[in-house]
Amino acid sequence: MTLKRAAAITGIAEMAPRASAEGLSTLGIWADVSRGAILDAGLEPSDIDGLLVAPPIVDMVAMWPSHLGEYLDIHPRYANIVDLGGASAAGMAWRAASAIQSGLCRAVLCVSGEASDVDTFYAPRAKRPTQQLPLREFEAPYGPMGANSGYAQIAMRHMHEFGTTGRQLAKVAVDQRTNAGANPDALYRDPLTVDEVLSSPLIVDPLHLYEIVRPCTGGAAFVVVSADLAPSSAQTPAWLLGAGEATRGVMLAQVESVTTSPVAQSAPLAFEMAGVTPVDIDLVSVYDCYTITVVVTLEDAGFCEKGGGGPFVEEHDLTYRGDLPLNTHGGQLSFGQPGLAGGTSHVTEAVRQIQGRAGERQVADCELAFVNGNGGIMSEQASLVLGV
Amino acid sequence: MSDQPRKPLPRPSPLSQPFWDGLAAGELRLQRCAACDAYVFYPRPHCPHCLSEALKWTRVSGRGRVYTYTVVRRAMHPAFRPDVPYVFAIVELEEGPRVATNVIGCSPEDVRVEMPVKALYDRTAAGIALLKFEPA
Repeated sequence: MTLKRAAAITGIAEMAPRASAEGLSTLGIWADVSRGAILDAGLEPSDIDGLLVAPPIVDMVAMWPSHLGEYLDIHPRYANIVDLGGASAAGMAWRAASAIQSGLCRAVLCVSGEASDVDTFYAPRAKRPTQQLPLREFEAPYGPMGANSGYAQIAMRHMHEFGTTGRQLAKVAVDQRTNAGANPDALYRDPLTVDEVLSSPLIVDPLHLYEIVRPCTGGAAFVVVSADLAPSSAQTPAWLLGAGEATRGVMLAQVESVTTSPVAQSAPLAFEMAGVTPVDIDLVSVYDCYTITVVVTLEDAGFCEKGGGGPFVEEHDLTYRGDLPLNTHGGQLSFGQPGLAGGTSHVTEAVRQIQGRAGERQVADCELAFVNGNGGIMSEQASLVLGV
Repeated sequence: MSDQPRKPLPRPSPLSQPFWDGLAAGELRLQRCAACDAYVFYPRPHCPHCLSEALKWTRVSGRGRVYTYTVVRRAMHPAFRPDVPYVFAIVELEEGPRVATNVIGCSPEDVRVEMPVKALYDRTAAGIALLKFEPA
């Protein structure tokens, strides 16, 4: 089975991330970006017959798609939650294409984001009943620092196995900050140096403050339409050319190797479906909750050999002007991580670049993008190839 | 002091009780599959490798190596704030399985990947003992 050119992303909308959630609601943010994406695609609300939602991290509510459908007064024939953590957006994109290909619907609205900030993110959770999960029994008693400590453990082992250095990891944050400088919507835009990254506080060895995302408020939506609808879109269609997904467990102590992620399975599936290889790619738009995430993803997707990610990011210019443009919106590290909409930012940026409307940071002749969504501690992976 | 944040403690299930009982008795017990000999951790109702339900609790050595670790310098959970900096690690047991744990009994700065460690049983105020490790 192939999804190649079965569907295209035609409309996108994204809220500029904000440090504070003051005065905003998740449903209100979703409505705004949904409206924007439908308008951008040149569609009417009644055209939307599919709805996929990536739930907010900070607020557990049942039946989110029904709440949003009601709010938008749309009546999808296909509605679902997609929760693959940060891989949800890329996961929604190919699920939408799959539903379209099977004839379930023709225009799927994919929505993410939340009203969140540092205060609400770290506030003690309400006293709600907790499920008996192995993670809670065998990991939580030892004081993990959320996802931070897991990615730090990946980085520590990567350094041990391959000699990866702190300076190499820091280079990812530095180049992405240069990109954010050309993105008026990014949360952090001031130039950054490798030395500044390495002299920012150590939070979880070997990761420093500037190598770690921060929670914020924001949202993003995109519309995936069928091949027959795509040509009449208001914008250049960004075609889904390839997709692949792979998952593993949520607890790092349970995985075979912490330095190899399921990207090693999901990316080859996406490249094979698209009939292209990493050397053909004009834009790399990959999940970057931490600097190490980018290095491991580049290796496992085949942009360089396993273990060679450190020297690779050091040798290549990852800015929008460079030889390997990567996370040209600034990545989540500089643009911001508004819940699962952080992972949507890699999809929207790829669409923007393919449509030629990335403004100052536009990559010349950007025809082919590799997108990777990543959830958990590199446990869920969804890879896409998008193109003209 | 009653609203002092408390550390999350394991809530043993009937399935996992023998593991926690073992730690309280000062020994490390893992499930082992009678059909395929695989060690199984965490406790499960069947062997994930061969689906056999013939899992037997077996005492193991408690020896292992640090597979990877981090030093937590800012705690997420308020109850861990007095402990920083502390080592949150994954130890690979001699018998194969890996466990999330803390390495104690040395400075965080002295921990290394592949360092040999041995189990110790850290009894909490609530009576349950946690599996931790110290340099071997």
